[in-house]
Amino acid sequence: MVVNASQDDPEKARRFRDAALPYLDDAYTLARYLLRDAADAEDAVQECYLRAYKHFDSYRGPAMKPWLFAILRNVCRAEYARRKTAPTAVEELPEGGDQTPMWNEAPETPEKQMLRRFDGDTVRKLVAALAEPFRETFVLREIQNLSYREIADVAAVPVGTVMSRLARARAMLRSAWLAEQEQVK
Amino acid sequence: MTCEEAEVLIHALIDGELDAGHAREVEAHVEGCAHCAALMKEYQEIRQAIAESDVRYKAPLELRRKIEKALPQPQAAPTRRSVLRGFAMGSAVSAIAATGLVAIVLRNDDEQRIENEVVSAHLRSLQAGHLIDVVSTDQHTVKPWFNGKLDVSPPVIDLTAQGFTLIGGRLDYVNAREIGAVVYKRRQHVINLFVAQTASTERKTAQTSTLQGFNIRRWSDRGLNYWAVSDLGADELSEFGDKFESAMRANKEG
Repeated sequence: MVVNASQDDPEKARRFRDAALPYLDDAYTLARYLLRDAADAEDAVQECYLRAYKHFDSYRGPAMKPWLFAILRNVCRAEYARRKTAPTAVEELPEGGDQTPMWNEAPETPEKQMLRRFDGDTVRKLVAALAEPFRETFVLREIQNLSYREIADVAAVPVGTVMSRLARARAMLRSAWLAEQEQVK
Repeated sequence: MTCEEAEVLIHALIDGELDAGHAREVEAHVEGCAHCAALMKEYQEIRQAIAESDVRYKAPLELRRKIEKALPQPQAAPTRRSVLRGFAMGSAVSAIAATGLVAIVLRNDDEQRIENEVVSAHLRSLQAGHLIDVVSTDQHTVKPWFNGKLDVSPPVIDLTAQGFTLIGGRLDYVNAREIGAVVYKRRQHVINLFVAQTASTERKTAQTSTLQGFNIRRWSDRGLNYWAVSDLGADELSEFGDKFESAMRANKEG
């Protein structure tokens, strides 16, 4: 990762550091969930910061976090594309649920008892198992605390799509949660 | 409103994204529909469970280092350069006279920036799971852990008897450099003691400042700069610093 000479402006670098580096853990967290691989996530975040620095002169908003995420998301999508062409690509298909319109699903009866609490590792596993694009929407909302508008900007979709994806994501997570609960009983 | 509509809109309701009119409609449906009410309660519970569990990841230090390395280094800020250029055009005498002044101004600027970074590092460390890389209340475990990870490993002193419990150590990043942080606790308050090497061996007595609601006590001794950061009151943080410094002196003499 080398920054060329025209980019070699220490004042710009200082502003960029102050603005963007506080979100390093956020960016890494998003990349971990999007790519589900620690090494790939690290590469993607590094590439994201390099691109962000290059375009930092033209940055006028929105807030820094969604701006970085939009860049990171593009980097991650390039990585998906690479995986698809790689012979070892193992990006799994959504678990059949993708085609089923959510309105037609027979909704499970909500449980009467309290939902079980799981440790961080189990929750991470359940979230990571969500199919794309629901996982992305879910992580941006629940872990990164972005608003629907910000998620729509990051994912380049209408707000209505964010809403339906989030509803679908939470329904899927709820089913997985209950299944996990059943299993550990 | 049908259940099908409500099943989508309850999410926007939970997230506070509905306008008042729609929120009332969804609430009215949920009040009259046991199914949707139970579903909404479950979603809220899951949401709460996620908010309270450790689902985030911490960026590896190596990643931070790689990104820092790729950026132009901060030591030559243009403000400083333009200031010096300005002086260069003046007479030699006034330039020399003024340089002393500039040095003071710049050092304060730098100190301010570094204090900012130290507070940021403190805040980062308080996120779940980020506080400690090596967990130990034993100084003979924490101290060797730093060896080989840093050019200078920080002094690790057990102050449990003095009311400050050593809980571990961590590598952190301040001023574009890796530095060691020794972590203490008093009651529920975390104290991060950041230690960095400095070219000057001059001893500087402690100064206390407050930034973003945190107290910072900084001092220098025998080629090391120290910053103790905590939400502890300034008096207790000073007590920590005093205990630490006298323990260091006792070590040297003993």
